[in-house]
Amino acid sequence: MIRRFLLASVLAIAAPVLAQDAAWNDTLAKARGQTVHFNAWAGDEKTNAFIAWVGEETEKRYGVKVVHVKLKDTAEAVQRVVAEKAAARDAGGTVDMIWINGPNFLSMKEQKLLYGPYADRLPNWRYVDTVKKRSNLVDFTIPNEGYESPWRMAQIVFVYDSKRVRTTPTSIAALGAWAKANPGRFTHPGVRNFLGSTFLKQALFELAPDPSVLQRPATDANFASTTAPMWAWYDALKPNLWRGGAQFPENGPAQRQLMNDGEIDMMISFNPSEAAVSVQSGLLPDSVRTFTLAKGTIGNTSFVAIPYNASAKEGALVVANFLLEPATQARAQDVRQMGNFTVLDLAKLAPEDRKRFDDLPRHPALPTNAELGTTLLEPHPSWMTRITAEWERRYTK
Amino acid sequence: MRTGRLFAAAPVVTVATFALPIAAGFVGTLAPAFGYLPAIGGHEFSLSPWRELVAWPGFASSVRLTLVTGVAATLISALFAFGFCAWAAGRAWGPRAAAWLAPILATPHSAFAIGLAFVIAPSGWIVRALSPWLTGFDVPPDVATIGDPSGAALVLGMVVKEAPYLVLMTTAALAQVRANEHLAVARSMGYGPTEAWVRVVLPQVWPQVRLPFLAVLAYSLSVVDVALILGPSNPPTLAVLAVRWFGDPDLRLWFPAAAAASLQLVIVAASIGAWIALERMIARAGRRIVEAGRRASTLSTLSSLAAAGVAIIGALAVAAMTGMAIWSVASQWRFPSAWPGAFAFDNWSRRIADIASPAANTIVVAAIATLCALALAVACLEAEERRRRAGPPPALALLYLPLLVPQVAFLFGAQVLLVRAGLDGAVAAVVWAHLIYVLPYLFLSLADPWRALDPRYARTAASLGASEWRVLFAVKLPILVRPVAIACAVAFAVSVGLYLPTLFAGNGLVPTLTTEAVTLSAGADRRIIGAWALMQALVPLAAYLAAVLVPGRRPAR
Repeated sequence: MIRRFLLASVLAIAAPVLAQDAAWNDTLAKARGQTVHFNAWAGDEKTNAFIAWVGEETEKRYGVKVVHVKLKDTAEAVQRVVAEKAAARDAGGTVDMIWINGPNFLSMKEQKLLYGPYADRLPNWRYVDTVKKRSNLVDFTIPNEGYESPWRMAQIVFVYDSKRVRTTPTSIAALGAWAKANPGRFTHPGVRNFLGSTFLKQALFELAPDPSVLQRPATDANFASTTAPMWAWYDALKPNLWRGGAQFPENGPAQRQLMNDGEIDMMISFNPSEAAVSVQSGLLPDSVRTFTLAKGTIGNTSFVAIPYNASAKEGALVVANFLLEPATQARAQDVRQMGNFTVLDLAKLAPEDRKRFDDLPRHPALPTNAELGTTLLEPHPSWMTRITAEWERRYTK
Repeated sequence: MRTGRLFAAAPVVTVATFALPIAAGFVGTLAPAFGYLPAIGGHEFSLSPWRELVAWPGFASSVRLTLVTGVAATLISALFAFGFCAWAAGRAWGPRAAAWLAPILATPHSAFAIGLAFVIAPSGWIVRALSPWLTGFDVPPDVATIGDPSGAALVLGMVVKEAPYLVLMTTAALAQVRANEHLAVARSMGYGPTEAWVRVVLPQVWPQVRLPFLAVLAYSLSVVDVALILGPSNPPTLAVLAVRWFGDPDLRLWFPAAAAASLQLVIVAASIGAWIALERMIARAGRRIVEAGRRASTLSTLSSLAAAGVAIIGALAVAAMTGMAIWSVASQWRFPSAWPGAFAFDNWSRRIADIASPAANTIVVAAIATLCALALAVACLEAEERRRRAGPPPALALLYLPLLVPQVAFLFGAQVLLVRAGLDGAVAAVVWAHLIYVLPYLFLSLADPWRALDPRYARTAASLGASEWRVLFAVKLPILVRPVAIACAVAFAVSVGLYLPTLFAGNGLVPTLTTEAVTLSAGADRRIIGAWALMQALVPLAAYLAAVLVPGRRPAR
């Protein structure tokens, strides 16, 4: 009786798991032989090499080929799906998977261009950190509802040349003071670039009278009062920026090149290991180091999403799942490979998998988890839209 | 007779190849400019995209910047090109100078702009060479030598690229007008070499280089890649603004982006119209000056200045390309070192495997597109001669539209068309998209020399009983081999350099040297950009060198 009860309860617990296994086996079977066209920004050779490696592995293990469709801008892939929708190609699309987050994701989700929800159907979803890394579930305050699966973390850090910068600022206000003492030696990418607008959002977090409003949509009523202190701070900062604040680098890589050319001494980055990875590949001087701000910095997650009309949906699921393998994530975090922090919760991993992360090489320009400090959630996308428009209203003549 | 009918059909076929994508492109640009694009929620026509565009804070500056930089770049390029040709006319090696300009023409605009930026930036090669021993700079000076709000660096970048193109076009045209004989006559009347060239040769050459000149004008007004690298960013030129908005994650910005692209078209059309009006006035004034018959003038000084300008351009170009070549084997190269601190050749060895397939795609697409374009262009030109009325059929003017419509706006409509036809992603689709851009340039380079060919050669051959095909292959093509070769080289280079059309038609599935180079350039690593730029330049360079080394055949008199 008791045994039967036990058996029944074991079955009751195991049944969904078994059903899930069966569904996943079905996915694996359908995926075999598919080719996944992974549309991903291709400006970073390390990332390109990593994606190539992912393709080799998934082909070996699951018979799924990956073709990296190299993008200059994620919007290109969005545009391609829009063109296919405009031409009524609702199946057999040419984009199977997109590296995406934030505004591009919101756009595609709102226009119903995405397949899903699928993320929690991936077997490796159980390792994902959904508690401390909230951005895995909430993409720029928008619950992603499983329409995208995480693959790497990003967090704002500042990179500086330790040969030229003695003490690093620990707050946004102190950053303004540093720029005043060192005019022309700091800049940020243009505000139409996500890194440029993120810099302003970071400032807003520290300077807004009540930062909690940032998690809700900006309104006509609260925008001016919330951002006023930030604009006052920026008005004072702008003349002390590189080129007197009259020009800005187009994007993050262009800004890094300024740093490598010695035109600036300090820059903002969205990848905590950018300094370490760049030193290793000769893109920044050996003397660069990383710092963050005392009250924390904005962090977000990079995801992969599958368009509604993708040809190789099962293949894309297999690749998304492979990206979440502990061994894959450990390789991604290795500064000799790609150097991106993991989306997984290390506590959920088996000891041998955790060891993979413990054994990763150290680098003087790489911050520890403790040094990275608090991660702040991205504000609602409407703040970014309004800040960008307001910046242009104020400073574009 | 059948050949006659074949040729008569050529303009129809040619225009049909273009009418569809052009019509689709126009609709694809204009409809969203007026608020209509159901795929992203635009279901009603409205003027709000235009209101949004005009209300954008930098709108007026952006339009002014577009006009000033585009017109300045075109006029300076033309002055340099004509001045240089006038100066070179009296010199034996003059015509061969075109061969030296080929590498500049072969290098893609974006790679070239990156190289130029490295030379003239405050942290660039020139300042590095002088620092710190002369300038005392330990860190680069904080001055804007690139991306300056006036757009001067953008104008310089365009002149460095476009003046050589006009020199090449002028040199090709010179062979058709018996420049040397006319020069000799004018000089016997007491004009100096430059005065004689400007008064006698230029008016004859001008009709043949007018279209290339207008293409340069249209291109300078709507260029994106060079403006992104060398131009100002706040506000940028209108074309960059449109691209920026088209690329914004917020899809609603497509509407003002389409309005900006449409306005771009209006600006280009209006500038061309204004130039044609101006040209009449210049011609009238010019005739009066020529009739006055003054022998001495400041022209020869001006032409020497222009020649010096071309020399500086050449030096900058060589420096830009050498700089990128050195970067491709550098491992670290920081300010103020005039030379890399360490070299690494793995940059190339690692890349050998990566380039095979893009290089093959590039050559196949460019070769097929060039051959198709050549066949169509020659057939159209032959058809033209058979028409009763003089001059090209007016519909052929449609050919030049792709040069005038900004690519980014035009191509979305064409892409939807390809997707509907199920052709996107195929090599054939990419060839077709390239043909749209390759044919106008090829036609542009070939039409005038072809039309200027003395019709008596063909008539004599025909009277001796040669068939139309024989006249074409045994008489006309051999005489015109040089312009044909140059036109093909230009077309080939245009194809190799095309980025957006390849991307749109190929859905990113037909990678070429240019698409690879452009996506990697997003990473701003000069070592990688340098390696790809060189590979990207080598392919069309081979075509150019082959073309300029073709012996020009002049019929025996």
